[in-house]
Amino acid sequence: MPRNGNIRKVLVIGSGPIIIGQAAEFDYSGSQACKALKEEGIEVVLINSNPATIMTDGDTADRVYIEPITIDVVKKIIERERPDGILASFGGQTGLNMAVQLANDGILDRYGIELLGTSLMSIKKAEDRELFKETMQNIGEKVPMSTIVTDLDDAVAFAEKVGFPIIIRPAYTLGGTGGGIANNMEEFRYICGKGLKLSMIRQVLLEQSVAGWKEIEFEVMRDGADNCIIICSMENLDPVGVHTGDSIVVAPCQTLSDKEYQMLRSASIKIIRALEIKGGCNIQFALDPNSFDYVVIEVNPRVSRSSALASKATGYPIARVASKIAIGLNLDEIMNSVTHTTYACFEPAIDYVVTKVPRWPFDKFKSADRSLGTQMKATGEVMAIGRTFEESLLKAIDSLDIKLNYQLGLELFDNYTVDELLEILESPRDERIFAIFKALQKGVPVDKIVEITKIDKFFISKLQNIVQVAEDVKNAGIAWLDYDLYMRAKKIGFGDSYIANLLNVPLDTVLELRQKYPVKPVYKLVDTCAGEFEARTPYYYSTYEEYDDVVVSDRKKVLVIGSGPIRIGQGIEFDYCSVHCVRTLRELGLESIIINNNPETVSTDFDTSDKLYFEPLTKECVLDIIEKEKPEGIIVQFGGQTAINLAGTLHKEGVRILGTSVESIDIAEDRDKFLRLLEELDIPIPEGSTAYSVSEAKAIANRIGYPVLVRPSYVLGGRAMEIVYNDRALEEYMKMAVEISSKHPVLIDKYINGIEAEVDGICDGEDVLIPGIFQHVERAGVHSGDSIAIYPPHTLSREIKDVITDYSVRLAKALKIVGLFNIQFVIDSNGKVYVIEVNPRASRTVPIMSKITGIPMVNVATKLIMGSRLRDLGYEPGLAKESSFTAVKAPVFSFAKLSTVDTFLSPEMKSTGEVMGVDRDFRVALYKALVASGLSIPRGGNVLVATGEWDRDDCIAISKKFSQLGFKLLAVEDDYNCLADAGIPAELVPEDKVLDYIKTDRVSLVLSTHAKAGVPGRLGFAIRRTSMEYNIPCLTSLDTANAILDVLEHLSECGEPGIYALDEYSRYEGKAC
Amino acid sequence: MKSVLVLEDGTYFPGFGFGTGGETIGEVVFNTSMTGYQEIITDPSYKGQIVTMTYPLIGNCGFNAEDSESGSVQVQGFIVKELCDHPNNWRCSIGTDEFFRENNIIGLRGIDTRALVKHIRTKGSMFGIISTECGNVDVLLERLRAGMQERRRPVYEVTVKEPVHIEGNGKRIALIDLGTRKALIRYFRKHGCEIHILPASSSADEVLACSPDGVVVSGGPGDPRDLPELKQALAGLIGKKPLLGIGLGHQLLGLALGGTVRRLKYGHHGANLPVKDFTTGRCYITSQSHNYALDAGINADVEVIQINVNDNTVEGFRHKKLPVSGVQYCPVSAGGPQDPAYILERFLDTL
Repeated sequence: MPRNGNIRKVLVIGSGPIIIGQAAEFDYSGSQACKALKEEGIEVVLINSNPATIMTDGDTADRVYIEPITIDVVKKIIERERPDGILASFGGQTGLNMAVQLANDGILDRYGIELLGTSLMSIKKAEDRELFKETMQNIGEKVPMSTIVTDLDDAVAFAEKVGFPIIIRPAYTLGGTGGGIANNMEEFRYICGKGLKLSMIRQVLLEQSVAGWKEIEFEVMRDGADNCIIICSMENLDPVGVHTGDSIVVAPCQTLSDKEYQMLRSASIKIIRALEIKGGCNIQFALDPNSFDYVVIEVNPRVSRSSALASKATGYPIARVASKIAIGLNLDEIMNSVTHTTYACFEPAIDYVVTKVPRWPFDKFKSADRSLGTQMKATGEVMAIGRTFEESLLKAIDSLDIKLNYQLGLELFDNYTVDELLEILESPRDERIFAIFKALQKGVPVDKIVEITKIDKFFISKLQNIVQVAEDVKNAGIAWLDYDLYMRAKKIGFGDSYIANLLNVPLDTVLELRQKYPVKPVYKLVDTCAGEFEARTPYYYSTYEEYDDVVVSDRKKVLVIGSGPIRIGQGIEFDYCSVHCVRTLRELGLESIIINNNPETVSTDFDTSDKLYFEPLTKECVLDIIEKEKPEGIIVQFGGQTAINLAGTLHKEGVRILGTSVESIDIAEDRDKFLRLLEELDIPIPEGSTAYSVSEAKAIANRIGYPVLVRPSYVLGGRAMEIVYNDRALEEYMKMAVEISSKHPVLIDKYINGIEAEVDGICDGEDVLIPGIFQHVERAGVHSGDSIAIYPPHTLSREIKDVITDYSVRLAKALKIVGLFNIQFVIDSNGKVYVIEVNPRASRTVPIMSKITGIPMVNVATKLIMGSRLRDLGYEPGLAKESSFTAVKAPVFSFAKLSTVDTFLSPEMKSTGEVMGVDRDFRVALYKALVASGLSIPRGGNVLVATGEWDRDDCIAISKKFSQLGFKLLAVEDDYNCLADAGIPAELVPEDKVLDYIKTDRVSLVLSTHAKAGVPGRLGFAIRRTSMEYNIPCLTSLDTANAILDVLEHLSECGEPGIYALDEYSRYEGKAC
Repeated sequence: MKSVLVLEDGTYFPGFGFGTGGETIGEVVFNTSMTGYQEIITDPSYKGQIVTMTYPLIGNCGFNAEDSESGSVQVQGFIVKELCDHPNNWRCSIGTDEFFRENNIIGLRGIDTRALVKHIRTKGSMFGIISTECGNVDVLLERLRAGMQERRRPVYEVTVKEPVHIEGNGKRIALIDLGTRKALIRYFRKHGCEIHILPASSSADEVLACSPDGVVVSGGPGDPRDLPELKQALAGLIGKKPLLGIGLGHQLLGLALGGTVRRLKYGHHGANLPVKDFTTGRCYITSQSHNYALDAGINADVEVIQINVNDNTVEGFRHKKLPVSGVQYCPVSAGGPQDPAYILERFLDTL
């Protein structure tokens, strides 16, 4: 069928900020969808509150609204844009929920808008537990014994009937939020209570547990003519019980016989037909490992994280094809954009093994519960491709960028006894794979591990192979490591540094051997068809075999290093930067090559770069590719800290680093050199010094005076950074920090309690352009990634801005920056400006700054890196003229997914994503940003005030304002007395009842700060966690509270906030003609 | 055990042997299925061929007693990147190497199978020799050239020797066995059919003597142009009984109707091949294993109703006036999707 001609304008709904369970995959799918629609001549309108995305770029859609994805805002956009259709299945659960809401509110009908792709009925059939169960039963597909309950009594009745374990899943939530497995009544009551609260429709599904069965997924597509195809089957290494987002996943399925495969394939097609899905969907099965019994666990009636993985695993562009289906095209009418010779109607055949490994945030959240269950905890994931399972798994582990001592991370469990290891194996947790390796190494039999973990013997045997080869290499020693054994080690996926570790020789010794043989990897093509047809898509992976698929062109090439998995501190913004860099290189007529390993992103899309190498970002893998492609140089400044960290080692190997030199990077990152530079430039920095021992640290702290800010010298996202208030706390910190990094010293700086600001600049080595300055709402001490940031600064004076600009320009020039840089400042109460740090790379705020100012920062920076001058590009040096619009960046957290983590804001970054609010008025912009971040600001109700002694005066002042705005105050005894003393009316809440107040909806906002400076109290922690779990907004910074008060006061004055499209504010006005 | 594959054009791939040692000669083809290796190597349409699996990990589930498509292993040789040494599946009754040894199959592993596939894709399918006895390429090439011409009519090696009768209460089917897969017989049994499985050499009269409601000509190995006697026998059935050809049977029916057959460059071997059916407007994913295809324009009374979406080869035809039709793939193959089972349903409905 030709495409639906009635559809001329389509509204695409994005997924909003990155949170656990909804990450970069929806930028990939959303961008592909917009592109696919535009190709068909359709006008695309987009809404997404996440600015750090390619999909919110001006050229992705015709009209881009970076606005909160709320029903009110979407309604306004619909009124203004009058789209013919709406595409909601590309924006994750957020998009789907919005579609349901729009339909329920009658908005689609009122404006005659067609819901494209999967219908509302189909969404409901897949998402509503009861309807789903009924639909499955009608077609004879089994689902686990289950029931839907809307209150706790019914839940308990079911549990008494079927017994434990029972799985609890709230309806209409993402990433399994609020779900879990209960093994006894106590756990059951707790999880159910929480789940009921979190579900949009106050519904939870209780389900008989099939834990231990194989978890198999199918990615299925169906078009309007009822053609159905399977894109990819995937097998979770971890059996049912661990959320698929937290499982190691292998594609295609490895342990199914054809009979089992076809049984589930046929079931998948039956299911997608019964649900009448038009587009893609993901179906999860639990398969009994000892019979043909299976049950359908879940269907996602939309593109998902799994479909992004399936897309990258096979090369089949699921999102693109699903969007074409949504506007009426059929599978046999859509070209296969990989081969250009075949059609989208086929089932990809692959001739390699793909392994996905999740990236968890536990390195940031030391107190977090590391066990894995039905609630997803990973922030991101990596994928690797190999010709053996072992190779793909080890490459994936290498891609995690978790700084393991060596590839298998075995050192982690070195001191564990067999019994301790077996205990770890019993319950799934993030490091289990390493514990299995260690157990095998200690001689635990494969069968024993299979029995404990229920992981298929096929996989454990493969892990045993890895352990065996490691053992063989170790025993051979450098003397007997011959070509055959070395090749065996390479084929199984060992990096040279791991081989060197096993042999206990320097890496260079192994490299010499490798040169001597010589051994080089070959690169194979990902082509959707296992080599059956010629393919044009330049998408490669390395392996150790005989023949190479890569054709090296004679064009001038530049290699861009990507940023790897999404993690706290290094998010989607660096993928945004990498993609823009690659696009600019192509614009300049250069061949762009990208290396990355994140399957969720746009940078790993098959048509983003001229060549894509899906590889770990290790020195070895990058050097191999450089040797193969011989690029002019490589660009490291857009791939976050991962890429920057490679600069030094690659430079030593003679690789040309384009842009800012390695020497300059070193000066910026080496504390002592940096201090010397600032001294020369006469730019102030908070007093501080480097300590190599505890006593040294104490001496420094006492000299400069507490509080001090302490951190290890090399940092990623503020890791292990803390404000310390006295000797004892410092001693404790030093114990921990030195453990983290024995080679690197600890930095101790005077903590300045002032306003933070930051600058993103572009420099060509001589001239410096500062697109703008961000002012942070929260004072220094809250990680910049967790602060609300406002552009242009709302309270900084002209003088201070001049000082900031002057320092930025002089620093960039002195460092001879070529490309982007970011500088963090703090301004003390006397208006004195200090530099805190310089990052010689792209920063988190680059996408926002680019969007609000209209200066395409990465594009300009890439051109400078390739030799252009700012002036030639038409940019006047200095601080660009401020926009008449205000942009506010607000952080977004995923605390709901991570139990036992304190939600208190600190120098350690905790947020997983961010949103942007834009308006002419900064308070409205702030309001929009807060709404978009998911903070529902109550207009009235009860505010629970739980403060500490040290900041009580400030808290009282804030509480007073809440009171004046009509909020009722609640407080426990100490706070209540202080409020009473200040003459502010409040209700006394007994300390032992305060949590009940939160749980029973008697609190609409919580204000909770530390008991003592820097020390979270036990009650405070309980209050914060409880409000998090019961979805009550909780403010932990007085600055945030003040800002919100400002918004509340202002909102009552003005009417409803308006909406603005990107092109209405992102016009760069300072550009010389 | 060192082993090597040498192709007709002198290209060679050294690797390691599994199963039995020795030497084997056959046409080298590749199959892109990611599952179903047991079904593939026991599929009679691979008789005489050396099959390479494009998926690199083969044998993960071992072998079981139920999934074979015929009574024995049919392939002339088997090539994989990696053979699983520790298979695991609840139905697994025999390990991989053991299976190949017991069935006297010469296997080759540890070669860059993707390179071999690309070679066949660009140069076309060709004969090859696998040897564990000799690594001298020139010697092997000579042996290959000498041994290539045998086995022109592999159908006679795989067809039933004597008619087999399977009781049933439903429609009576005469199944001319050119090397059928068990899945097809299972399908008719499931639908209660009485089945007469007849040898390939059966004449039209012998077929009619069973007084069937319908005649099915099965799939099988080799070049249909080498089987003029079969073409003639089928011509004698056209118009007398409803006829359905599958795979080789479909090609022979096409020839019997006056059509021509050509050799494909490297054939279709896999479980992911899209077929468009013009009568339903739908696409189906099919399992195929053939090196020859009917040319379009069989005769004026015959319409092509199905084509391969990728390369437009004829996948199905029907006679406009007579109850004669054919499909190039097996509609109910085990070792493949079940999408096109409607072909058989439709056939049974017309009887």
